[in-house]
Amino acid sequence: MSLLTVDEKDTAELPKTTHGVDAKGRRITQIVVTVGFLAVAAMLFLLIISAPVEDPARIALGPVSLNNFFLWMGALHPLVQIPVVLLVFGLVVGIVLVLIEYAPRPGRGYFIMRLVACLVIPVLALMLLRPYANAVLYVVAIALLSGALLFFADYRSRQGAGYLFQLILFMAPAAIMLLLGLIYPAISTFIKSFFDKTGDEFVGFENYVWVFTNPVGTWSVINTLIWALLAPTISVAFGLAYAVFIDRARGEKILKVLVFMPVAISFVGAGIIWKFMYDYRQGEQIGLLNAIVTMFGGDPVSWLAVKPLINTLMLLVVFIWTQTGFAMVILSAAIKAVPTEQLEAAELDGTNAWQRFWNVTVPGIRSSLIVVLTTITIASLKVYDIVAVMTGGRDDTTVLGFEMVNQQQRFQSYGHSSALAVVLFLFVLPLIIYNARSLSKQREIR
Amino acid sequence: MSATEAIVRDTRTKRQVARDTRRNEAIAHKKLTSKGATIAAAIIAVFWTIPTFGLFVTSFRPGADTQSTGWWTAFTNPEFTFSNYVEALNAGGTSTTLATAFVNSLAITIPATVFPIVIAALAAYAFAWIDFKGRNMLFVFVFALQIVPLQMALVPLLSLFSEGLTINGVMIFPGLTLNDVEFSFARVWIAHAIFALPLATFMLHNFIAEIPGDIVEAARVDGAGHGQVFFRIILPLAMPAIASFAIFQFLWVWNDLLVATIFASPGALPITQALNSLSGTWGNRWFLQSAGTFISIIVPLIVFFALQRFFVRGLLAGATKG
Repeated sequence: MSLLTVDEKDTAELPKTTHGVDAKGRRITQIVVTVGFLAVAAMLFLLIISAPVEDPARIALGPVSLNNFFLWMGALHPLVQIPVVLLVFGLVVGIVLVLIEYAPRPGRGYFIMRLVACLVIPVLALMLLRPYANAVLYVVAIALLSGALLFFADYRSRQGAGYLFQLILFMAPAAIMLLLGLIYPAISTFIKSFFDKTGDEFVGFENYVWVFTNPVGTWSVINTLIWALLAPTISVAFGLAYAVFIDRARGEKILKVLVFMPVAISFVGAGIIWKFMYDYRQGEQIGLLNAIVTMFGGDPVSWLAVKPLINTLMLLVVFIWTQTGFAMVILSAAIKAVPTEQLEAAELDGTNAWQRFWNVTVPGIRSSLIVVLTTITIASLKVYDIVAVMTGGRDDTTVLGFEMVNQQQRFQSYGHSSALAVVLFLFVLPLIIYNARSLSKQREIR
Repeated sequence: MSATEAIVRDTRTKRQVARDTRRNEAIAHKKLTSKGATIAAAIIAVFWTIPTFGLFVTSFRPGADTQSTGWWTAFTNPEFTFSNYVEALNAGGTSTTLATAFVNSLAITIPATVFPIVIAALAAYAFAWIDFKGRNMLFVFVFALQIVPLQMALVPLLSLFSEGLTINGVMIFPGLTLNDVEFSFARVWIAHAIFALPLATFMLHNFIAEIPGDIVEAARVDGAGHGQVFFRIILPLAMPAIASFAIFQFLWVWNDLLVATIFASPGALPITQALNSLSGTWGNRWFLQSAGTFISIIVPLIVFFALQRFFVRGLLAGATKG
């Protein structure tokens, strides 16, 4: 079989191989890829069932490893690290782009380059991770085999050699990070939620029972529901009202900036700003809220300690304060996109301002309203910082997002923590499903 | 002569039309807005600003004054100082001063903004311009990954970093030994990059997919591969979207507390974390807390005021389309 059956004249067109185009070639490719895939799976299986080795020796690739690189970086001054790491990152991305560019070109040189890249990249990547002595043979073998498999599948690909290689280079960084950083951890958390504190013993639904019966767990569920119901509705209502008020008003820009500014302030900053507002002491008040209360002859209130729910509402105020600006800006732009003619036509029909708003403006900005509502709801479900800064979850103010970290860090209770995270996941689920469905509907239309 | 006359008459009618339009607009404007609404808006704006303003005033008042009187008394009894800021910057948190934490925040935020955007742009390009089986489903799946709350991924990711991945006693990835390294930001960078990916891919894809196909095809016919098309055509054209997302990512990472709490090594804590632990030890010393808070929000506020035009535009590119 000649390795170079690529038509050299076809460079202007998308490069194509003759391989795998006819039915027979495709069948052969399919068989080889399937067999290769099975072989990789078998080797992984062997790796897993092979007996554990005590105290494995480390295989080093000279001093070059990801860990050593990060160790070396850690000794530098923080400000020096910025350009260094950006340079290294740029270099890696540059190599990827060069490979992408040259991969699909026909010719012996590019063919060899592709072959080498397919075999070397997986091995190099695994060596950078410092595999241990007993694993290294398997790991290198698996890397080589999957590299060869990729190369073969790519070479026989229907869209031409180099097509799969390109696609994988484009997607691999994101795919690997998402796989290791979101998908694997989510599954792992889900499994851990059925095990006890340390993760050794299977306890079934015990952790979930804890969530819904222990006061800490139930308060976190109740408070999270309160957050998810009140925070988006109130901040969107305020944001919408404000956007309507300032629409075409004098000094619109300044008015917009003033309300939008809290969006840029961290929850930690916002928490401290509001803790100052809520400040409570005997005698002369320095917190504005209690100063107003005492001015009218009331007794100062320790706002963040009033149970039940008052203190949660006080935390909610902070969240609403930061999110209203976000809602306002998006809704304001949507309102500007509502045609003036419609409003004027409605006015000629003798409607009042309220009817115009309800029957013309609101339907016109419906999709923006939904986007803003979902975004803020998700943000309020995941809230952590405000509770951590202002009350630390004391006096029944805890929420799922905070309590989960609290259980893990303070009580080292991984089971409870995981169960809380899964409950949080279940709360977010319907919102994203709704959005993903409308997204895929949109893409079908396109 | 008649030609000139015609031109003069023409300009006159043009002016007349412009004037009429302006007047009509003004009338329509008046009819559709009310004074009451403007006043209501102004009142809300003032209420929205008071909390920040109060803390801002406090941060400049002498310590003894802030302990005994409200910040509003500063208007009748003005006395201001910068010493709070100096003292706050040098105050020690858990293991760093606020000034060090400020530098740490910069070192965390800038790479953590660049990494996810580049990686997401690569993936977004593939989703938009390379045809493959199951492309739409995979894209919706990546979008749906926002389902996974940060909290759910934290603990396993942390153990992946510190203990590595062991399958039945065979260690495949031994983890990174970065716990005690003084200025190691690696884990925070990686974590932030991962958590930003779904949204970044989604938003950049929305923009990159809208770029006219003719441009891309023309470049392909001229012999450019995907690498060149991506680097020389897509990236420059997508700059507005990239810039606006970058501003967002910058603000999110700078303002983050949760990820840093979990992943930062003791010497590499960002300013939000330092401020949070300091506000506990500072207790009632509001002159320090307020100064510290303003040190922490100065960078986001600068970014916000300098770039808010792009900020709002970029927000809309991603948000209202979704």
